[in-house]
Amino acid sequence: MRVILIDDEEELVSTLAERLSFRGIDADWVTNGDEALKQLDEASYDIAIVDVKMPGISGIQLKRMMAAKCPEMRFIFVTGHGSEEDFKEGSEEAGGEGFYLVKPVEIEDLVNKFDEILKATGAES
Amino acid sequence: MSRQWSIIGNQGFEFMGGINASISHEIKNVLAIINENAGLLEDFTFMVDRGMPIDPERLKSLAGKIQHQIKRADGIVKNMNRFAHSVDESCKNVELGEILDFVAALSARLIINRGVTLDIDSNAEPVVVMTNPFLLENLIWLCIDFAMDMTGDGKTIGVSCKKTPRGAEIKLSELDGFGSMTAADFPNEREKAFLEALDGEMTICRETGEILLVLPETIKAGR
Repeated sequence: MRVILIDDEEELVSTLAERLSFRGIDADWVTNGDEALKQLDEASYDIAIVDVKMPGISGIQLKRMMAAKCPEMRFIFVTGHGSEEDFKEGSEEAGGEGFYLVKPVEIEDLVNKFDEILKATGAES
Repeated sequence: MSRQWSIIGNQGFEFMGGINASISHEIKNVLAIINENAGLLEDFTFMVDRGMPIDPERLKSLAGKIQHQIKRADGIVKNMNRFAHSVDESCKNVELGEILDFVAALSARLIINRGVTLDIDSNAEPVVVMTNPFLLENLIWLCIDFAMDMTGDGKTIGVSCKKTPRGAEIKLSELDGFGSMTAADFPNEREKAFLEALDGEMTICRETGEILLVLPETIKAGR
């Protein structure tokens, strides 16, 4: 399984990527939407974990742009915000309430979410 | 309650809410980083249990990262506390350079998310005025918010203050989007309510791309 982590907090995504690698998940990370879109030209991913609030391209906008480039990719939103409006929009975009997570996120919950997505899409980790 | 104070009251709640959301977002990010670093530390202990060597420098670096995030959180919470107490006194001496830095720190996440950079001239001489700190913080934020709309993503806004013969002046500069603005856009009824409460004046200079906020040395009592 290959995932891409997108969040403007570099220390967060770099550490999470390292921890995911210990669990057999190949994870790349970038810190903004432009880098994420460029990265899609270099590699393909099963799942993108996207911070909702980022400078430049917002998480929701980025998801739409990435999905247009890679229709098979699945998305999980993470956010520090917990507003009802954000939750509703993020859940709808990601395809369900379970794919909108509030920080701090437990890594085992995230890994379980990956498995859930892959089972639903018929892929294997 | 007069219409002016009704506007100020409503805007004050909005300002408090916006800043609280910004601060809570920052704290959530800090907690998330500490959570991942602590998790990584735990992962390392599992590896050691399985006989895998861990470089002590990695552990040292991780401890340093956690300490850095704790300092970051401490700074955020101190600002939050100072902000909460800015309503305590309706009239006190404030140093404008310090209050500009403070509003920028409080709203850091809101500013970052808009892709704008504030260039605050903090080398200026201390500029002290007797004013209502909370109302001034709110009005400064309204000016920054409007200036961000004017400049847009990826731009820098200059912010400075100086003493004047009658009081002080705060200047927001390098605003290059004034061409599309109409006179009714800014300051509107909301900003005018704050200006009246602070005995201040505002000048928009389209040619130079500047907002000038003029404040008296002392506001009238009872504001």
